[in-house]
Amino acid sequence: MALNYDDLPKLVLPTIPDLHKLDVYRQHGGYEAYRKALTMSPEDVIEEVKKSGLRGRGGACFPTGLKWSFMPKGSDKPKYLCINGDESEPGSFKDRQIFEYNPHLMIEGILIAGYAMGITTAFIYIRGEYHKWVRLVEQAAQDAYDAGLIGERMKETFGGDYSLEIVVHKGAGAYICGEESSLMESLEGKRPYPRIKPPFPAQKGLWGMPTTINNVETLACVPVILRIGGDEYAKIGAPGHPGTILLGVSGHVNKPGVYEVPTGLPLLDIINDLAGGVPGGKKIKMVIPGGSSMPPLRGDELERVNMDADSIKEAGSYIGTAGVMVMDEDTDIPHVLRRTIHFYHHESCGQCTPCREGCGWLEKMLIRVDEGDATSEDLDLLIDVANNIDGNTICALGEAAAWPTRYTIERLREEFEKNVKKEREHTPLNIVHGLRTDSHEVESVVH
Amino acid sequence: MNETISVISSSEHDQENIAFTEEELQRIEQIKGKYPEAQAAVMPLLWLAQKKWGWLSIPVLKHVAEVLSLPFSHVQGVASFYTMYWKRPMGRRHVQICTNISCLLRGGEDLYNHVSNMLEIGHMERTDDGEFSLEEVECMGACGGAPMIAINEDYYENVTIEEVEPLLAGKDEVE
Repeated sequence: MALNYDDLPKLVLPTIPDLHKLDVYRQHGGYEAYRKALTMSPEDVIEEVKKSGLRGRGGACFPTGLKWSFMPKGSDKPKYLCINGDESEPGSFKDRQIFEYNPHLMIEGILIAGYAMGITTAFIYIRGEYHKWVRLVEQAAQDAYDAGLIGERMKETFGGDYSLEIVVHKGAGAYICGEESSLMESLEGKRPYPRIKPPFPAQKGLWGMPTTINNVETLACVPVILRIGGDEYAKIGAPGHPGTILLGVSGHVNKPGVYEVPTGLPLLDIINDLAGGVPGGKKIKMVIPGGSSMPPLRGDELERVNMDADSIKEAGSYIGTAGVMVMDEDTDIPHVLRRTIHFYHHESCGQCTPCREGCGWLEKMLIRVDEGDATSEDLDLLIDVANNIDGNTICALGEAAAWPTRYTIERLREEFEKNVKKEREHTPLNIVHGLRTDSHEVESVVH
Repeated sequence: MNETISVISSSEHDQENIAFTEEELQRIEQIKGKYPEAQAAVMPLLWLAQKKWGWLSIPVLKHVAEVLSLPFSHVQGVASFYTMYWKRPMGRRHVQICTNISCLLRGGEDLYNHVSNMLEIGHMERTDDGEFSLEEVECMGACGGAPMIAINEDYYENVTIEEVEPLLAGKDEVE
């Protein structure tokens, strides 16, 4: 039976006109979930989120309630909450929908999270390219301040003596800032080099203080959990990864866009019934299920793959940020991989040698493959270089480049073999092109 | 809300003429007050400076460093890391075209090449009259509307080659 989008529950992005406006949001029960949270102890709120089975929507699928419980209790140090709205993984465009259509749901989630963990300052980090959405979130936060829903005046509005300040911070175009420790460095006003873990942010985060970092969508799920109860939420979708999830479907489909669906729906039904199928009725050659850093799946192996963390893992990939990229039978896969790795080479922060150098080597070799100037041996060499990046870097950007390289070549090797020669005719030129060209020229050197 | 970006035509900034106004300095104090440490204000200040002076020249970075009592090298280090902080003057209309996967699959590269040929400039270059600059950008988070372009701060999605010319000329709004 075909899926009908109208029949699916919409908890994060309900189809209510003008929901981004505070009065409309409040007419529909807005900020009542926070009121309910206040009737519970902070520990009980965390317990409720644990019961819901909510797993982070930023890519790692870590249980949210458990993450919250890592924050030290009863400490008199300041504690911080970071909301990761960097959304820079290619293929992800879901948080933008929350900023635009339901920003108060996120803000209410921030209030509940702040109350549960005893946090009094929250920083919303939004990528720099989202100029318009930064303004929309700033406006929503201002409206909430004016209505006494955040800030000092919330004590009068809700009673009790808990209050929270929200600061919106705008990035400036760096993929790495989506990595949580890099995001904290960026917020502190430094070059955003990821930190070595441990210590984890719950022990030493922003300015050395206990910090929790949650994705925008994760926090937007929290008021829903409080409203319907953790037990009810846990019944939605796949048991191991419950709730609804925002899928960003893009590439070769007739109706690309963001779809809110319960987890665990068949991937093929999502592509065919919700996203309108592949243009021209073509076959699918490859699907990347969770943003460009995740291993791709072959188009002929998509039966029985469902959109939840466990099913996708069983199929050999990860759900990541649920950015589903569909490629039809005519797609030039070596060219796609070359473009993917160009991105990771460009975005490598340069801190760890395996990633800084390795991504450059991968890109150079993939240019040769794409241009038909490589041999079959080069494909093995690519996998070898990828294997030597994987696991040898401070943050996951290394894996983000290594996984697509290794798995795309391994799983769709025939696509690459078509493009390579048996033997090398000449030694390829070794072009130096990893140097940054956008820094200032040195005016003069004084000795 | 939408402040216009005024680009100073000269590529050189004179250190003597680079200074925030009294009003702006008050706003900077407010920004600093949002964070536990003033250093965290460096990104908002670089945005402010780029809006005001068009791009982040060495005199501008020096001024930001002075206002925040930070070493110049620190401010320059931050500015040089991020692609959206410009280290050279850009056009009045900065055209950003995405060629990352989702856009690539739907014609982003053709769109980029078309505009590059039309304007006769490449990545991070500016036309002689200072009107346009071009950037081949990485994923901007508009994959559902691929291919997308952005002009200054505004996104345009599902853009075709036919639509791009009137769009750049500012004659037509494409949704």
